Amino acid sequence: MNYLHHLLGTSAARGREKGGSAMSCRLLVGWTALGLSAWLAAPALAGEGPPPAGAAGARREELIQAEPPPFTPGIFPCTQCHSGPGDKTRRELTFHDDIKFEHDAEHRWCLDCHSNENRDVLHLSNGDPVPFTESYRLCGQCHGDKFRDWRVGVHGKRTGMWDGPKVYYLCVNCHNPHSPRFKPLKPEPRPLRPEEMRR
Amino acid sequence: MSRPRTSLPVLGEGGAPADPSRRGFLRNACAGAALASLSACGLEDFFHKSFRELSKEDVARVLARLEKRYSAQYGKQVAVAGTPPREGVEFGYGLDLSRCIGCRRCVYACVKENNQSRAHPQIHWIRVLEMEKAHGVDLAHSEIYYEADQVPRPGHFYMPVQCQQCRNPPCVKVCPTQATWKEKDGIVVIDYDWCIGCRCCMSACPYGARHFNWATPTLPAEEMNPATHYLGNRPRPKGVVEKCTFCIQRTRNGRYPACVEICPVGARKFGNLLDPQSEIRQVMETKRVFIFKEDLATQPHFYYFYAT
Repeated sequence: MNYLHHLLGTSAARGREKGGSAMSCRLLVGWTALGLSAWLAAPALAGEGPPPAGAAGARREELIQAEPPPFTPGIFPCTQCHSGPGDKTRRELTFHDDIKFEHDAEHRWCLDCHSNENRDVLHLSNGDPVPFTESYRLCGQCHGDKFRDWRVGVHGKRTGMWDGPKVYYLCVNCHNPHSPRFKPLKPEPRPLRPEEMRR
Repeated sequence: MSRPRTSLPVLGEGGAPADPSRRGFLRNACAGAALASLSACGLEDFFHKSFRELSKEDVARVLARLEKRYSAQYGKQVAVAGTPPREGVEFGYGLDLSRCIGCRRCVYACVKENNQSRAHPQIHWIRVLEMEKAHGVDLAHSEIYYEADQVPRPGHFYMPVQCQQCRNPPCVKVCPTQATWKEKDGIVVIDYDWCIGCRCCMSACPYGARHFNWATPTLPAEEMNPATHYLGNRPRPKGVVEKCTFCIQRTRNGRYPACVEICPVGARKFGNLLDPQSEIRQVMETKRVFIFKEDLATQPHFYYFYAT
């Protein structure tokens, strides 16, 4: 339920910033709470944050999160090098040169997603930390339509049982967050033509 | 010998041959030999009723016989299930044309799962059509033999086609032996023991989804999938028609079909159309969905959609 409080706090704060009256602010909180309580109605997976299924979706207790893709060997935890907050000015990096950044590179850079305060986590646009295992919350901030589809199983992939426990894959299982476009694949061999099948 | 007979002698009746004469001996010997060869070469398959008409005991007997035969043939424990459709389940399949990249992973996952003949004849239940974006879904501009180093090729999109599991299946209508029918959960199945190989269903199917075993299927024993269903992926003999069954051996046990699980882009969706929470219902209710060759009124359980 921590997540709920985070979001509620944020919505309320945003309402105040926009100069909304106390009434509209309360309304906003009310609606958000209503939406979220529908989302979080069933018990969430213990300790794994909100599972992807929404009010309409698979029964949540049957959803199992896939193993996120592994980090580059030796790179995690990031705090072994980044012990404290670093330089926040946008620049070309010299160390992480194996990362080809192709994710709206014109407008984005590392610290838009990676937390400057604690490099072992990501952060939402409001500054709230997000562990790497829940990166979909971060992705969903910009890609809301995909996030909505993914939560009900329309975007992305699930394996297992159509009527029972299933494994759901995270955004980062298919999309490299630094270069998210799905990479082309080599196709399997074409079928034989009828004339090639004659013995 | 002039003794009147009301019926043919039955083997084993009374322990000894009913007629000790030479002719009687020959007659019994021939009948015995015929019966022995019958069970040895599997001809008894010809004499059991259609799968739909078998009693529970008969089904168990037929399945046990097949399991024994296949296990010996492929040198491993083969299971042949006869799992019936589930109440309150009607399968629906969704394929996202905006995601499919034409990599053909589904084609070969299907071959492996469903024990299709590998080559001579090569049988693929899924065929991936490459089409030009400029023409849209247009069969006249489609290509199934495309080869490329990388897919998707620029300017092209891909449309995998397999059995559409019609609610109004033309193939079922034309079958002269009723060897193919529609099950309650929507899957169109074939009883290979009743198929006479006339291929009427193949010419009736507007989707090219049925395939014929022109020769004895080539299925290497080490690649044979031993989890089979009588109406699905059990080994087929020469001279019968086969088709996609939504992986009946998996889906009737609650699992996703093999093509859904292999798809690297998550373009394939499967579930129960009668369950409002299912993924396929989410697709139906929120996406642009179309039916292939809708004008033929085949009313498939297979839907194409665009998620973006």
